[in-house]
Amino acid sequence: MATNTGTTSAREEVLHRIRVAKDGVADATSSQLGWNGIERRYQHQATRPREAVLELLEDRLRDYDARVMRAAYHDVRAAAAKMLGDRGTRRIVVPPGLITDWMPSDIEAVLDEGLTATELDRLDGVMTGATLAIAETGTLVLQNAAGQGRRVITLVPDYHLCVVRVADVVETVPEAIEGLRMTAHLATTFVSGPSATADIEMTRIKGVHGPRFLDVILAG
Amino acid sequence: MSGVGLDPKTAPLFPIAAKTAMGNTQLRKNVRHATDLIQAKRARVVGEMPDWQDLREAGKQIRQHTMENLDFYLEEFEANCTRAGGVVHWARDAAEARRIIVSLVKASGSEEVIKIKSMTTEEIQLNSALEEAGIHPFETDLAELIIQLGEDRPSHIVVPALHKNRHEIREIFRTKMNLPDLGDQPHDLADAARMFLREKFLRVKTGVSGANFLIAETGGVCITESEGNGRMCLTLPETLIAVAGIDKVIPRYQDLEVFLQLLPRSATGERMNPYNSVWTGVNAADGPQIFHVVLMDNARTEILADEEARQTLNCIRCAACQNACPVYRQTGGHAYGSVYAGPIGAILTPQLQEMHYAQSLPYASSLCGACYEVCPVKINIPEVLIHLRNKVVKQKGLSAEALAMRTMGMIFRSERRFRAAQRLGQVAETPLVRKDGWIGWLPGQLGGWTQARDLKKMPKETFRDWWEKRGKNGN
Repeated sequence: MATNTGTTSAREEVLHRIRVAKDGVADATSSQLGWNGIERRYQHQATRPREAVLELLEDRLRDYDARVMRAAYHDVRAAAAKMLGDRGTRRIVVPPGLITDWMPSDIEAVLDEGLTATELDRLDGVMTGATLAIAETGTLVLQNAAGQGRRVITLVPDYHLCVVRVADVVETVPEAIEGLRMTAHLATTFVSGPSATADIEMTRIKGVHGPRFLDVILAG
Repeated sequence: MSGVGLDPKTAPLFPIAAKTAMGNTQLRKNVRHATDLIQAKRARVVGEMPDWQDLREAGKQIRQHTMENLDFYLEEFEANCTRAGGVVHWARDAAEARRIIVSLVKASGSEEVIKIKSMTTEEIQLNSALEEAGIHPFETDLAELIIQLGEDRPSHIVVPALHKNRHEIREIFRTKMNLPDLGDQPHDLADAARMFLREKFLRVKTGVSGANFLIAETGGVCITESEGNGRMCLTLPETLIAVAGIDKVIPRYQDLEVFLQLLPRSATGERMNPYNSVWTGVNAADGPQIFHVVLMDNARTEILADEEARQTLNCIRCAACQNACPVYRQTGGHAYGSVYAGPIGAILTPQLQEMHYAQSLPYASSLCGACYEVCPVKINIPEVLIHLRNKVVKQKGLSAEALAMRTMGMIFRSERRFRAAQRLGQVAETPLVRKDGWIGWLPGQLGGWTQARDLKKMPKETFRDWWEKRGKNGN
């Protein structure tokens, strides 16, 4: 691949060195065969009953200092109103495609139509859906899709309220990756609890640059 | 960084640097405290995974398979990343990578860059090169910020400021951020970093990152982090430049299911780190509109060519081996004279220097095997250490030590010579034996043995003499 920095020869040379180093040229067939031969004896599928999976997700999320509420679909709006109210949140950003029935009426919701980071910085929080959640690791997976929006909207505001549909909760990481494979090209963020660091004496400190507060509504 | 980067070319020998480090009791206390905590956390979250050994085996096999097909996967990554709007560059060595990155930053029209913590940029001392070109790099990872403002050097792969405690960090922030009233609670310090960097995130137009995984199948890049500084650098700038060693490629998206389990649990003892970002090329509505990837060799192909050491490239930079290493836990990272410290540094650093420098590092180990046991991709570090020691010995030619070893070998091969040597030893040691039957000092090169321990004098009767004297029925 020619690039504007004139490194065409570097490309050829590095590939040549690799082929000399392992004494051969790899192709699609050899790679496919080798990859198929990799032993994957680890757990792929869920082993717990459905309700236990949801409880596990709740437990893992709380372990990361996230707040969690369960709500029936028609009660999401009320649950969201409570969560936002408890946090004293008044102005939030919402992505295009967020289910309008979920949004509390007494909150000022600003639709993200390409807000700048500085504009986002002035808002109190963000409310989104999620593609799926992983119970075993307490992880929410967000993608650039309807109801979830651009990566930046769940990053700059200090508070994130995320609605996860119960049907989208999986138990294991391999189940999640299988579920994401078809949309792998979308910008994807795995979120496990509020932003944190352990850089000072290995003490977990909540909230550095991402949202310091994370609430989750499990809907359905 | 500070311009006092860790350079294996100029670093003192490990035993000399280690001795200095061992004298710093504050450093040793900080390192012990931090590594104890990480190890306990890791043990807990690894213990709850009944399939951990199966995951390790799969991780090892994926990495081995990747190295065997590295040319194919790099070309596949390049094609897919390019199709998605990324621009892929290749660099033969550190100097070429620096040149490419500096020129890309200049082309972006920015005199500042925000950086995600990246061991690869440390390896190539990118910050010095940027500064020389009049570009100011802002480290945005909390630990890297501590290192940069403190004009210090990283001492750990995952937690680079692990050798500093909260009081030392407060002093750095107080002076460099001009915050005279700053408290010393960890959250005070994290808040200070949040305030200090937010303005830079919103302003600076060019970001520089490393990469945890390059996904050949999709052309996607994955970065794992905790603080959200990574997400800021990946989404807010107009231009993003990611630099990665050619070893960072993985075959398929599905392989993430293995590494996203192995890496967080091994690195920080978390079930999952707070944020993982995966993105593919350029998305018109989300994130930087100009995206470059620099694929760098910098001696990795030399490692690939050495079949016994090739497994070094399987490393996913979790640092579990550092936390487990009884040597690292005493000396900390700086004694290794390289951004890659600890057991993995002891094998990676000399090889990245093509065995021209850092030859003392393969000896910075007791070969206890703790590193191998915790490695999430089962790199047999002790095996590679011995292999590299062998290379160092061959390099040195016939030293006094090698000559002595060869002589010993000759003696041990012959019964007659062995008996003669025992008799000679009994006579020769006589003037050195103390009244209590121990030897506390040996002359010359042998003195290395008695520097830290006494030696029992040889018995009057050897085992062989006793064996021959004893009766037929064992009495």
